[in-house]
Amino acid sequence: MEEMIRFSHVSKQYPGVLANDDVTLSINRGEVFSLVGENGAGKSTLMNLLYGMQPLTLGEITIGDQKIDAQHNPEKAMEMGVSMVHQHFKLVPSFTVAQNILLGHEPKKGLRYDFAAAERMVTELSETYGLHVNPKDVVGELSVGLQQRVEILKALRTGAKVLILDEPTAVLTPQETEELFTVIRGIVREKNMTVILITHRLPEVMRISDRVGVMKRGRLVKVLNAAEASEKEIASLMVGRDVIFDELRTKQPLGPEVLQIENLRAINDRMLPALQDVSLKVHAGEIVGVCGVEGNGQTELAECVMGMRPQTGGTVRLNGKDVSRMSPGEIRARGVSFIPEDRMRTGVDGKASVSDNLLLGKQREPRFSRFGIHMRQKRVKEYAKQQVEKYDIRTSGVDEPVSSLSGGNIQKVVIAREFDFGTPVLVISQPTRGVDIGAIEFIHERIMEKRNEGCAILLISADLDELFRLSDRLVTLYEGKITGEFETETITMEEIGFYMTGAKSQREGEETL
Amino acid sequence: MKEVFNVLLLQNTLRTATPVVLAALGCLLTQHVNITNIGIDGMMLMGAFFAVLGSYLFESWVMGLLFAMALGVVLGLFYYVFVIRFHSDEFIIGVALNIFAGGLTVFLLRTLFKVKGSFSDPRIVSLPTLTIPGIENIPVLGQLLSGNTLLVYVSWILVPVIWWMIYKTPWGFHLRASGEHPEALAACGKSPERMKCTASVLCGVLSCMAGAHLSLGYLTMFTENMSSARGYVAFACVIFGRGNPLFVFLAALLFGFISALGLRLQKYVPSDLTAMAPYLVTVIMMVVVVLWERRRKRRAGMLAC
Repeated sequence: MEEMIRFSHVSKQYPGVLANDDVTLSINRGEVFSLVGENGAGKSTLMNLLYGMQPLTLGEITIGDQKIDAQHNPEKAMEMGVSMVHQHFKLVPSFTVAQNILLGHEPKKGLRYDFAAAERMVTELSETYGLHVNPKDVVGELSVGLQQRVEILKALRTGAKVLILDEPTAVLTPQETEELFTVIRGIVREKNMTVILITHRLPEVMRISDRVGVMKRGRLVKVLNAAEASEKEIASLMVGRDVIFDELRTKQPLGPEVLQIENLRAINDRMLPALQDVSLKVHAGEIVGVCGVEGNGQTELAECVMGMRPQTGGTVRLNGKDVSRMSPGEIRARGVSFIPEDRMRTGVDGKASVSDNLLLGKQREPRFSRFGIHMRQKRVKEYAKQQVEKYDIRTSGVDEPVSSLSGGNIQKVVIAREFDFGTPVLVISQPTRGVDIGAIEFIHERIMEKRNEGCAILLISADLDELFRLSDRLVTLYEGKITGEFETETITMEEIGFYMTGAKSQREGEETL
Repeated sequence: MKEVFNVLLLQNTLRTATPVVLAALGCLLTQHVNITNIGIDGMMLMGAFFAVLGSYLFESWVMGLLFAMALGVVLGLFYYVFVIRFHSDEFIIGVALNIFAGGLTVFLLRTLFKVKGSFSDPRIVSLPTLTIPGIENIPVLGQLLSGNTLLVYVSWILVPVIWWMIYKTPWGFHLRASGEHPEALAACGKSPERMKCTASVLCGVLSCMAGAHLSLGYLTMFTENMSSARGYVAFACVIFGRGNPLFVFLAALLFGFISALGLRLQKYVPSDLTAMAPYLVTVIMMVVVVLWERRRKRRAGMLAC
């Protein structure tokens, strides 16, 4: 096998994070190589170094027999035969397929754009690679799968030898995925090209790849031959099984059903189905954890329950009362608190002070205001100080803007505010994302306290350890559908991985393996 | 009513529409590169003043026009630098430009010409009127198509030319890509910023030409605030015509027609009311656009569900 790309002892240091740590890897001509790993494992970073989006900190990368230099950039990478298709397409929606592929390299007749020649060139290109498109179609009206094909053709126009695809199947339907794989196999076999996939969907990885590189916390843990490896082995390498569980949970009898979600449907910001007939129930005194690879509908689920995203079908009930059409304020008034996944955007007002952020939502309570309009500043301050102490928020003063705090402390401000409403239902999304270990411990304990007090908690997290540690029950969400529901004691992390990646499903007729 | 609906009405329509057409052509270029240029009105006003200034100083309409166009380049660059380079808010810069234009022209009027309100002088040479041989003597058509000022013809030629440039040349594709998806253009090695700069400068030039037509077209004088919000009307026409020069032209003609009609109805209806007509129509046009958009979105939404 001829070597195409070589990483030797490559490291990439971002401020505060070592995104790639001494990675040595060689990728051959004519193979499909997959890089897998959890979010933040460093796989995208590694490819960005190769494609020249970021300079590397240490080590060496060679493409063919050329070493990349310090001034490496995407244009140079393309000259050296490396093209990348990003997760977010760079296509002009109102242009046709041909106009998009030839943007910046238009054939001309005098001053005029020679549309006929452009269409001929694209037809030729599409036939060469066996990627069928209609050059006259308007890109904005194409399906995501076809748009991706246009993007791939654009990358192949310059005669690339290496094609990097970043999460290519994340937005595709299973059928589109199948077509993409046919295309990949075609160009690898017939053109002897190299295709590198960045992905975290294991069943697909096994089907399409020759070799698989597993990354974890910036390091390349292992490279396996796909034919010899099992999905289970890769999953355990990805997750890493060395986290100690100290048992927080104590058995307690379930209370009545409080939150009922029935056949919930919603579409995401790209107008694609995000939730498809999702049904689940949360009892008082219970934590239900939602597992899933990010982008499988978790965000939309939380937003729908909180009334922040319109539903296209189904109902959300609180104690039997339909709240589907209610605004976030009305839902909160009925006893739901919310810890959003993006604390800076929806969790706090960064410019406002710590005390103002702690007060939000309680400002009209008589204890803080006279007649609902005049703030009782002294009491607000006092209250804020109490909360800061109770939730161990490290700040130089309650009048500091909340954005001056560290991520973990901002998260504690959100938690302090939301938990102090004393509501019977909590929707908690990514409670410890980007939070340091000490604060994680603290936040977990507070969540567990709430459960033991009898709150019904819907917990959404990308962190499996967290979900296993806190949840009484787990549901898996894959492509907007619930693929499984388990008592936490009855399932292992490896097993649940199959449900998260769509390899297994409890729904009838959807077993894919 | 025969005095209202006659050839003169159509003639007035064309004349009133011309400055709006010119400014709107400039505005639609910036619209295509995704810059909302609300400052056209100010550009027009300053263009009108500088056209008079140039014409007065050199006793030549050519110099008047050149003065206006040169100013247009400067204003276009100014707009580009502040909005694109410095990322200032385009509305604030536009509004600032409009207010500044009002102040500057009044100030210059008083300091340079020592007059208040308006300035006219025999030294100011107006733009030439062109008669088209052959058509000239045809009834109605001759009255409409012949005997107009230079910039009227320029605007008529520019409508198809700009349409062709936007939709039929690589330049037009780069222009539109820089507005619709700048990263797509940048990814193929072209600079979206350069396209935005070009559009902004062209917009300045065309807006100032519109101003020159106001002050040197049929009158030869400058009056304070003589653009009288035509820049905003031009902007509305661009939105109404969705950036397509042909539709934008039609929208401007509609505006011209209503204005002309308003003037001629003054005999029958109080002039305060007729003066409102063009702006009322502008508001109605905007409502229509919103309703269109809403219906289109609803349809798109239905498809997605």
